[in-house]
Amino acid sequence: MLHGRTIRSTIPCGRIRSINLTSDPAGFTVVDYRSIPGRNVVALIADDQPCLAERVVRHYAEPILLLAHEDRERLITAEVDVQYEPSEPLLDPLRSPNVFKSIAIHKGDLEAGFARADEIVEGEYRVGHQEHVYIETNGVIAVPGDGAVTVYGSLQCPYYVQKALRVMLGLPAERVRVVQAETGGGFGGKEEYPSIVAAHACLLALKSQRPVKLIYDRAEDMVATTKRHPAIIRTRTGVTREGRLTAIDIDVLLDGGAYMTLSPVVLSRGVIHATGPYRCDNVRVNGRVVMTNTPPNGAFRGFGAPQTQFAAEVHMERIAERLGMDPVRLREMNALRAGDTTATGQVLGRDTSALAVLREAVARTDFKRRRREMRGTRRGLGLALFFHGAGFTGSGEVRLASKASLELTERGARILVASADMGQGSRTVHAQIVAETLGVPYEAVEVARVDTASVPDSGPTVASRTTMIVGGLLERCAAEMRRTLGRLTPREYLKRHGPIVITKQYEAPTTAVFDEDTYTGDAYGTYAWACDVAEVEYDPVTYEIRPVHITAVQEIGRALNPMLAAGQIEGGTAQGVGYALLEEVVMRDGHMANAQLTNYAAPTTMDTPRIDVVIQERPYRHGPFGAKGLGELPFDGVAPAIANAVRHLGFDVRALPLTPERIMNAPPVRKPK
Amino acid sequence: MRTPVSTFELIEPRSLPHALALMRDSQPIVPLAGCTDVYVALNAGTPPGTRYLNLLSLDALRGIARRDGVISIGALTTFSEISRSALLARHLPALVMAAREIGAVQIQNRATLGGNVANGSPAGDSLPVLAATDAVVVLRSAAGKRRVPFVAFYTGYRLTVMRPDELVVAVEVPPVDGRQWFRKVGTRAAQTISKVVIAAVRAPRPRIAFGSVAPTVVRARRTEEALASGGTIDDAVAALGAEIAPIDDMRSTAEYRLRVAGNLIRQFWTETA
Repeated sequence: MLHGRTIRSTIPCGRIRSINLTSDPAGFTVVDYRSIPGRNVVALIADDQPCLAERVVRHYAEPILLLAHEDRERLITAEVDVQYEPSEPLLDPLRSPNVFKSIAIHKGDLEAGFARADEIVEGEYRVGHQEHVYIETNGVIAVPGDGAVTVYGSLQCPYYVQKALRVMLGLPAERVRVVQAETGGGFGGKEEYPSIVAAHACLLALKSQRPVKLIYDRAEDMVATTKRHPAIIRTRTGVTREGRLTAIDIDVLLDGGAYMTLSPVVLSRGVIHATGPYRCDNVRVNGRVVMTNTPPNGAFRGFGAPQTQFAAEVHMERIAERLGMDPVRLREMNALRAGDTTATGQVLGRDTSALAVLREAVARTDFKRRRREMRGTRRGLGLALFFHGAGFTGSGEVRLASKASLELTERGARILVASADMGQGSRTVHAQIVAETLGVPYEAVEVARVDTASVPDSGPTVASRTTMIVGGLLERCAAEMRRTLGRLTPREYLKRHGPIVITKQYEAPTTAVFDEDTYTGDAYGTYAWACDVAEVEYDPVTYEIRPVHITAVQEIGRALNPMLAAGQIEGGTAQGVGYALLEEVVMRDGHMANAQLTNYAAPTTMDTPRIDVVIQERPYRHGPFGAKGLGELPFDGVAPAIANAVRHLGFDVRALPLTPERIMNAPPVRKPK
Repeated sequence: MRTPVSTFELIEPRSLPHALALMRDSQPIVPLAGCTDVYVALNAGTPPGTRYLNLLSLDALRGIARRDGVISIGALTTFSEISRSALLARHLPALVMAAREIGAVQIQNRATLGGNVANGSPAGDSLPVLAATDAVVVLRSAAGKRRVPFVAFYTGYRLTVMRPDELVVAVEVPPVDGRQWFRKVGTRAAQTISKVVIAAVRAPRPRIAFGSVAPTVVRARRTEEALASGGTIDDAVAALGAEIAPIDDMRSTAEYRLRVAGNLIRQFWTETA
């Protein structure tokens, strides 16, 4: 087996003048864009990103040349001289003329809404990049075969990788096999990026006709791979003296980095969630995601919603401050209820739980009394109310048309899906759904290895869809298998009738539609709802904010496995604590300057507070056993809850992370008029 | 790891005299013990050398003992050993506090006091304690032994008075009168590099030292003087501003470090009153 290495640009923007391997080339496999048999693109939404740069580079750490060698030490010491003609990089998203995508949501009459307002509250909110910090870095092994290639890798979406490889290699699907290896965390960071790692490994493997292992070290992974999109959100809200929202006008700007990747979809989810879980008849949300000469940003748990809901919830707190109103009362008055319409005009069903989670969180934490008692102390208490739509947006699931299969075995059944278990426990939950529906013991259900040669395309392992959507397909497979078996045991059935495999494809559960031109209609099948209460302590010597306790009340339809569900909520909350307080990607000249775990401060257990998880269940009619999506929800509300606790301490903070350096310079929260 | 190590030479000395002879005769050679700093460099592809001298087997450089009223800590003493030492808990609690906040437990089990001193990072968490307690660094070479006051040991960013043939063999701390105080301010609650770190002793002549606020660990003499001469705490904080020189880096800002250093002086003074 050979080891692979990626030679990357060391400037953020410019033309490549020359590339020379200056070390002794003996034993090296060298690949540049000319070795690409198919198209030189990373096939995703737009085909704008080259697999290997040709003449220009658009960001720091852009892949230019690939090397492989049997001897790892020869490989890491090989020197490649790349000469550039640098040009001025575009680093400020506010100045970018290159818009990847813009989206506008309109509801009602904005001007009339503002005319009815007694107060207008405006604000700008900023969030930076966030790095995934999955325990296992990106990496694959590519094995060449007879005119074919097999990739084993740490990845979330085997069929995304297969598609990208088909296009780049010019091979039919049956000659490109992708196998998910046990994956040490993803959080979206292995949604689209593994397509690039796999493409590079395949090019080296096909050229050398040897297996090639390409595994990033932490520094390379942090510098080169995707991050959460930085955002600047400007909000203007009209509100009556009593606290009713009359108009909401939001401008969302996301920094997409140098290539489009999944940015339009991140923007879409961001703008749909931008109002927060509130009713308002007059809404405008203008969103755009723009290009800068920085490494491309991409999928990350929450997918645009954490950025916009941070702004929404801090803004709600500021409205309460302006009105001199209890922030709970303001939220109660405006929270979405069953029968209300969202910004896109979606009529909400009976499983709408904004008020229920808010009231539970307030009651459990004795929020109002404790907040009063903390006044003038170093403790602060804040909350955030939030929601998250699960599954692909709009008609995305219909277009995706995912499939899941169930094969009868002697003891029970074998699950065949492309869902990647990367620590969240999806195999366990899928097996539970099948066992319960089929009426066999849990132990009688096997889960096949995720391998494009043997499992159907059940879509990517993203968007909180693995239980709700793929689990739903499996429920239908198992129900049909149950009917097929009749009174026979699996063993008897196999003996009499031979093997069966049941495959189900996604079908829209309702006739509801989403219009992608006007951004109106049912954006998601349903929403999960949550309220976080954060208690923090302030250190006046160091300006540090220490989270003391977080109560996370989350309504998720049905917790199919309560322990795994609590694990998702705790993990998402801890990750949110990092986003809120610690994690700052320091960008210098277009690249991450603190690309080490030493200097990029993800939270340790010592930084993570006690987390009380409270699960509420209002079953979703079309989810398996009533389950809604859960994976992303817990992340969305942590940062605004903590920011609002910091506001309670008197610091007017509107940007993340809330580092001591920011707190030190924060102006005081202004008292109501 | 971005450094090819298979061609590196690792030399195992038979004894301290042998090690000192190698330091004299086989330059360039990099002495190493716990390797917790060396591995960071190797991982980043910036090795400090290609020939290394493994000191870890030199038991003569281990141990914590009190001799003639002075506490002597062998250069190979790990931070875990420091954390567990009853002698240090009684006489040098600030060093125990520092040891417990260095890296993670795995690092504390490997990293040595001598390494922290010789590596000379201005963010070394044990260093302000040694500066504030007027410790002495014991250096040995084949030519003999010498003692250098800790406050005179560093000459610039990661520069020391050590000659290439010398090894740190021990650190000696004279008796400390007065209450010892230590606080580390990092980027998170654990496993962090200091943004500001202070060690101080409350006595008629207070002693104060800071890390991460200048190219070397700093003994804040003028601040001490302001406090010793009966000045107000504001005078002391003002004096401090003139004798530390923090910078902006990826971990923090000069402004933050300066303000927090002043706040730490106030906190030290209040808590030890």
